[in-house]
Amino acid sequence: MSTKKFNPGDSVRVREAYPPGHVRTPYFVRGCNGQIQQFVGSFANPEELAYGRDGKPEMQLYRVTFKQSDVWQGYQGPAADTLVIDIYEHWLEPIS
Amino acid sequence: MTLRRHHDMGGLDAGPVEDSEHDYAMWEKRVDAIVKVLSTPERKLLSTDELRRGIEELGPGVYDELNYYERWISSATNILLEKGVVSVDELGRKMAEIEARWTADRENLASETRS
Repeated sequence: MSTKKFNPGDSVRVREAYPPGHVRTPYFVRGCNGQIQQFVGSFANPEELAYGRDGKPEMQLYRVTFKQSDVWQGYQGPAADTLVIDIYEHWLEPIS
Repeated sequence: MTLRRHHDMGGLDAGPVEDSEHDYAMWEKRVDAIVKVLSTPERKLLSTDELRRGIEELGPGVYDELNYYERWISSATNILLEKGVVSVDELGRKMAEIEARWTADRENLASETRS
């Protein structure tokens, strides 16, 4: 078991990375700031499973909340609207 | 230059959603069954992530051209070839055999209808 890097309430930024393989982090959220809502669990890494490997070591998965207005330019909806996405730890960077 | 991969289209304009009910064709149900059977814990010949990766690798043209289950069977086929579960020759011969049987069946059916 590896230790968790983030706790609920922590501010994070999604890495602005564009690797060529199979990834589960949506394009539209890369580079956006959000907040850790909860720790979901440890899972075999889908980026490895996609190529027939065992996905070990398991990766920590977090549920991350984003303000819609931080994700979409010119967002017209209510300011309190949020979007929740499950994101693996190696895609997240701390914001102080 | 876009860094977005073609399949990763969340947030793009996609037009209206077709909300009518529709049943699946028999071949689509078969594709679903084949993929499920390949993925069982005893076999582990194909994982969800591999299937997704295979679909993402079809490329923009093919991705748009194929429907949902055509993408599934194309991806599953490529991955089984990659892993050596089936060979190109074996698959090609089987496909030709089924196509010949299918054509013959249709011709027989047509001549029976005429007589």
